[in-house]
Amino acid sequence: MRELLTDLRLVAAKDLRIELRSRVVANQVAPFAVLVLVLFGVALDADQRTLRSFAPGLFWMAVLFCALLAVQRSAAIEQADEAAVGLSLSGISPAGLFLGKATAVFVQLLALEVLLTGGIVVLYRSSIEDVMLLVLTGLMAGVAVAAAGTLYGAMAAGLGVRETLLPILLLPVLAPVLIGATRAFDDALGAPAVDGWTWLALLAGLAATMTIFGALAHRLLVDD
Amino acid sequence: MLLGLVALVGVVVLVVFAFALTNPDIRSHPTTGDEFGQFDAVRLLYLHVPMAILTYVAYALCAVASVGYLLKRTSWWDVAAHALAEVGTVACALVLVTGSIWGRPVWNTWWEWGDVRLMTTLILFLLFLGYLALRRATSDPESAALRGAIVALVAVLDIPLVNRSVEWWENRTLHQKSTLAELKIEDLTLFTLVLGIVVFGLVMSWLLLHRFRVGWLEQAEMNHMVDVAIAERRDAISISDVGAAVSRQGEES
Repeated sequence: MRELLTDLRLVAAKDLRIELRSRVVANQVAPFAVLVLVLFGVALDADQRTLRSFAPGLFWMAVLFCALLAVQRSAAIEQADEAAVGLSLSGISPAGLFLGKATAVFVQLLALEVLLTGGIVVLYRSSIEDVMLLVLTGLMAGVAVAAAGTLYGAMAAGLGVRETLLPILLLPVLAPVLIGATRAFDDALGAPAVDGWTWLALLAGLAATMTIFGALAHRLLVDD
Repeated sequence: MLLGLVALVGVVVLVVFAFALTNPDIRSHPTTGDEFGQFDAVRLLYLHVPMAILTYVAYALCAVASVGYLLKRTSWWDVAAHALAEVGTVACALVLVTGSIWGRPVWNTWWEWGDVRLMTTLILFLLFLGYLALRRATSDPESAALRGAIVALVAVLDIPLVNRSVEWWENRTLHQKSTLAELKIEDLTLFTLVLGIVVFGLVMSWLLLHRFRVGWLEQAEMNHMVDVAIAERRDAISISDVGAAVSRQGEES
């Protein structure tokens, strides 16, 4: 267990260090996230009431689009210069490798979620009614998206058509996360007649399932 | 061939039962006497429900074959999983299409976003479309088999959600609870429905056998081509070696 945590920390630190140096998320993915929010506003004809009521769904759609970019970036790091071979020869366990990469994606997604939360408050005039529910939903959905994304990113890596294949593979898997996170955000942002805590429990279950299954399945992919 | 003929005869018999022998769903209002019900649209029952059951069966067997591949790593399990996924996806597409056609006269809508069973079925269909896309994304059969097996195991987790959605989200579905399990339908309708399940089961088995055969031949062809390429390479090396040896001997003499 201790070795697993050490591997996790090493891999996550490596990926985050690469991100801090390359600034792909900061310079490309974050502006893309804001752009998506703006385009949703333009497409919905700047109707403030509509934007406010759709804000949870639009928020999580933007997160999923950004997650696709972050996951592709995370997988591409290991493809360059045969880095994946070096990692597999370094003695790091497949589960540690998976959890480390998922943690790095999770941290990046959290940063994007904070940015997007500010975006919907400013651009869509959403008001946060339940901060605790909002934060926990962001955390649980972030874990689920990062775990599933890392697994499917590794699966699509090395294939010639990974850019187009990854969304087809990943988005249907993340559909339950999108539904649960949107409903929980509905409650957190003050929509009536929605019990966000029940949906949060679903998200927690999805996050745990995807993390455990991902760690087990990643071993098979690394062995391949 | 025999299975195909039996399936064809079965389809003919089923058409007779579904369109000639069973009655349309017409009921009378107890006070006003007005007619209501599903009328002839109820006949879609004999296609839609069997296809839904066969979708579950095909995808569940695909998951079993995927586990078989992960344990045994042999082509048989992989080809079986691929064939089952393709046949299951055809059945799932028919479930969605016939459900939509059925929903129009009965629910007055082609599609209902709030219906959990519709949504989970659509997600199941999209998950297996991704599976099939992944299978075609690489020419390496072992890589496709391994990745496909993992994707199938994730995708099949949606089946319990589809099946139990009418119970778990009772107030978020237009679908009724299972009438087949509780035997709430009349005898001839029930018989025709069971006949539909058997007949379409035969049709799907026939399709599955042929798809498996094609997949198996594809694998054999690929292995043969690899063997031929290796043999040609060996011949080329041995010929060049002989040529080099002859030229060396010539130089020495």
